[in-house]
Amino acid sequence: MTDLLAALLDPFSYQFFVKGIIVATISGALLGLLGVYIVLRGMSYIGHGLSHAIFGGFAASQLIASSWYMLGAGIWGVASALAINSVARRHRIGSDAAIGVVTTASFALGVALLAKFGNRGPSFDAALFGSILGISQGQVWALIAISAVTVVLGVLGYRALLFATFDPDVAQASGVNVARTDAIFVSILSLAILATLTVIGVTLVAAMLVIPAVTARLLTQSFQRMLVLSTIIGSICGGLGMYASYFANVPSGTMIVLIAAGAFLIALGLGPAARRREASSAEAAAGLVPGPVRA
Amino acid sequence: MSALLRTVDLSIAYQRDRPVLHEVNLGFEAGEFTGIVGPSGSGKTTLLRVLMGAIAAPKRQGRGQDLWQGQIQRRPGLRLAYVPQLETINWDFPVTVFECVLMGRPQHGVHMRATGTERAEVMSALDRLGIAHLAGRHIRELSGGQQQRMFLARALTSQPELLLLDEPTSGVDITTRHAVLHLLADLNDSGIGIVLTTHDLNGMAAHMPNLVCLNQRVIAQGPPADVLTAPVLEATFGAGLDVLTHLGMPVVVDSGSGLTPGGASHD
Repeated sequence: MTDLLAALLDPFSYQFFVKGIIVATISGALLGLLGVYIVLRGMSYIGHGLSHAIFGGFAASQLIASSWYMLGAGIWGVASALAINSVARRHRIGSDAAIGVVTTASFALGVALLAKFGNRGPSFDAALFGSILGISQGQVWALIAISAVTVVLGVLGYRALLFATFDPDVAQASGVNVARTDAIFVSILSLAILATLTVIGVTLVAAMLVIPAVTARLLTQSFQRMLVLSTIIGSICGGLGMYASYFANVPSGTMIVLIAAGAFLIALGLGPAARRREASSAEAAAGLVPGPVRA
Repeated sequence: MSALLRTVDLSIAYQRDRPVLHEVNLGFEAGEFTGIVGPSGSGKTTLLRVLMGAIAAPKRQGRGQDLWQGQIQRRPGLRLAYVPQLETINWDFPVTVFECVLMGRPQHGVHMRATGTERAEVMSALDRLGIAHLAGRHIRELSGGQQQRMFLARALTSQPELLLLDEPTSGVDITTRHAVLHLLADLNDSGIGIVLTTHDLNGMAAHMPNLVCLNQRVIAQGPPADVLTAPVLEATFGAGLDVLTHLGMPVVVDSGSGLTPGGASHD
């Protein structure tokens, strides 16, 4: 028994692993939170494209200045996010095709640059599938900073973002600057993808933007609860996935996504019952709440 | 009386040589109740979206400039609210009726939760429309009529002077259509100007105090008795329609021959 416990606790004796768990937990929470808007806006493909686009910037900028590659990739990421956003807003151009061209070209450039010149930062596999070894101290701070900015903007712009997501035309007419809201959102999204890229991996980031959010959606009908649930599910999958990857000896991103997929399947089974329970308690609340307010 | 909202020589095209609206001059005054009728593709929805500000003149010179001519004159500080067509809403979106109506409140402040005042205002808007007991429900759980009431409640929370509605009775049954019509008449009585689009001539248009017949350009405008005439309807819908009178109300029917040769004129 003590042997088993020792084995289970073994990974925590390594400082890099503790850091990895923390980073994966925060990453999962951040992507889970942003994923709510991604899923409700039907932007899953944009999230997927963006992570590939950022990979190009990541590879190119580390060649130019290895110590500043986060900054270079960040600028590249925000630029591609804004480009994708403006393409997506003009419906008639065929945004899905345009995104496909821009982001895969950027990804191909990244692969070519890494293959030709090698890499000075995190390894190729780490960038694609995520690795605990790819986490530098600078990235930890970047992740914390971006998470903080996301939460602050999410709270400040909560209503504008909700309205712009639910009903953009009416939001615009009601005084919400939808274009600016969208631009800020995709910029934050690209920075979040960049910050979580080395833990979860380019090819798997999109999964963490989608799975926690749809899992949360299965469990609740309320927007605020969906935000909270998706963040929690994302963080649990992140931490648990990282932990499991130690034993499975596979890239961290793969275990994180597999655990998230497991959570989704469980929610698929529990969903109807959870929503029924919520509905009956909401019913009760609606009966009680209006009374004192109108009195 | 000066208009709350006015279009001046407004012409809009999405593509060159394919005008959607052509030299439209309309004024909407405080407390008016206007129905805009026209066939599909007549520019009704475009006009409404222009009025509400979802489509605006291109800011930069050059690209797209030739697709937009004329202007929109809006009285400064005009409080405008819009009720979307129910078909355009994502009913799977995870919001409750309360959360949905709360969105209509002017978007200031950083509160994630509703303040006491907001809660009271939302509940009183829901109460006014008789759906306060549904506040905690998910939006999908409402009937068509209740969904329409929810968006009316959302519109009312901004205390609008002018209410724009896109096809408020499309896809609802006759009873609901009556209810919506009476509801709108009540709101109009309380001083709110109403502009709605409809393609339902007998169920809706004939009951409006004021009608605009639109088919890219304004064919006619005025009270139904003046506007709902065979020549105007033919020019608007491009089909032969006759107008009868029943209990003092105009009733539009297909003209006898059914397939009128030359009736569907292409200009």
